[in-house]
Amino acid sequence: MLQTNDLCHTYLNENGEELLALNHVNIKIAAGEFVAVIGRNGSGKSTLAKHLNALLTPSAGACIVAGMDTQDFSHIWDIRQTVGMVFQNPDNQIVASIVEEDVAFGPENLGLPSAEIVRRVDEALRLVGMTEYRLHGPHLLSGGQKQRVAIAGVLAMHSRCLVLDEPTAMLDPVGRKEVLESVCRLHREEGITVVYITHFMEEAVAAERVVVMDAGHIIMDGPPNEVFTHVEEIRALGLDVPVAADVAMQLRQRGMDIPVGTITDEGLAAAICP
Amino acid sequence: MSIVLENVSYTYMPGTPYCREALRDINLIIEPGEFIGIIGHTGSGKSTLVQHLNGLLRPTTGVVKVDGNDLQAKASEKKRVRQRVGMVFQYPEHQLFEETIFDDVAFGPRNLGLEADEVAQRVESALERVGLPVSEYGSRSPFRLSGGQMRRVAIAGVIALQPEYLVLDEPSAGLDPRGRDEIFEQIMQLYHGTGMAVVLVTHNMEDVARMAKRLLVMNRGQIEFDGRPTDLFHDTKIQLHEFGLSLPYMTSLLRTLRSRGLDVDDALLEASDVAASIQSALQKKRIPQC
Repeated sequence: MLQTNDLCHTYLNENGEELLALNHVNIKIAAGEFVAVIGRNGSGKSTLAKHLNALLTPSAGACIVAGMDTQDFSHIWDIRQTVGMVFQNPDNQIVASIVEEDVAFGPENLGLPSAEIVRRVDEALRLVGMTEYRLHGPHLLSGGQKQRVAIAGVLAMHSRCLVLDEPTAMLDPVGRKEVLESVCRLHREEGITVVYITHFMEEAVAAERVVVMDAGHIIMDGPPNEVFTHVEEIRALGLDVPVAADVAMQLRQRGMDIPVGTITDEGLAAAICP
Repeated sequence: MSIVLENVSYTYMPGTPYCREALRDINLIIEPGEFIGIIGHTGSGKSTLVQHLNGLLRPTTGVVKVDGNDLQAKASEKKRVRQRVGMVFQYPEHQLFEETIFDDVAFGPRNLGLEADEVAQRVESALERVGLPVSEYGSRSPFRLSGGQMRRVAIAGVIALQPEYLVLDEPSAGLDPRGRDEIFEQIMQLYHGTGMAVVLVTHNMEDVARMAKRLLVMNRGQIEFDGRPTDLFHDTKIQLHEFGLSLPYMTSLLRTLRSRGLDVDDALLEASDVAASIQSALQKKRIPQC
């Protein structure tokens, strides 16, 4: 579905010096995968995300989306229709004054017949659980609801891949949960490919695969229960691990036999109180 | 002296179809030297409330007094009050604008009309307090720092005004875990080092549980809870999700263990303490199973 081959991205800083934000990144994401990307601020996560729908194009190497090279300008609209993006600030992504019109914005621009647009908007709002708000003004929604409307906007484009760049950074705990649950359901029930960038390690645990970035490189890539077992390495990168993984490590250091790969509350409870 | 809010209500765009009551009859006293956390769902009125603390918003009804000065009374009072109550907004790094870090932090003190050497001294001490010594950082561009460092420069700009109360709106949003830890460490040091009162608005339950001595929960424009963090997070009767909140992750883990019959202390927040508590709870049971 998504593939990068020695992908490099160079920014010029204000002194004209080159900064390598992505340094020979090789990653393959299969259709239907749910991948969380974690890493420090400035590690290259967002730059990578922007390559995945051709908002940026490679300085060197290549980025292939559903078989299309992002450097081939003739594919650009197909690529952007395949990969939809959701950003951090919900208020910057909403364009219309009524929820259903906002979701319809993308399909309208595809020039679809209006019956088809209505059908897609209905379906997209249903998938994120926002049907009852379809006639509301977006400004009256909570942050989590706005993000779900933004996700619905991507779904209405029939994008098969959803890239979310810190979609919960500005939300309250319940909003964070709503967005994560919507994303998990879309992945599970609709088979949507998900790339989910986050600073919340507890969210990354929900993914099937966690990619850790540092200084423009991918330095770890594996299932969450493998990645978050490397507590010391993860900490050294300026990141953190879920509390259950932290407590599991402390218990192991105290000589208790806690299985490696224990990273959730339930997993830890099961290990301690079988 | 203190910040006193008496029967404060605030309505956005009154008399229009967008009219919305954001604060309803708030009564609140903030004492000097307090560390208060304010939590609540988006739209609960947190930011509207803190904007009343230094007169950025005027209450629709009710009175706000800072150290005895009524903010509505005179425009001239407002200016003095704004020096007493320093505000750090969300994403304050977006407000950096000067060419050097020194000049950016000096902007406020210069506008107070202070002498150059007083300005320099305040900038030096403010940057020192946020861990960015002027000798190393003063002449650098604020735009070449990391996200967390930029935010600390913005905070230094407010500290340089030497406020008695420091209000921070979501200071950790969008920072990576280390950046988050760094900024909260600085805030704690600042709090202990200056005796300044801190009002912290946040969505991060771990942080308020760890740092705040007093916690306010906002809901639908009202203060739903006012008390110690432990009283909020350890009262199993309070339905936090109704207020858009959740338990700190560690508290939630400890409750899961307790529900399995393990007698651990659910007030702990540090992994090492929790591990010790789990071990002693298991030993008390004498059998390794619960």
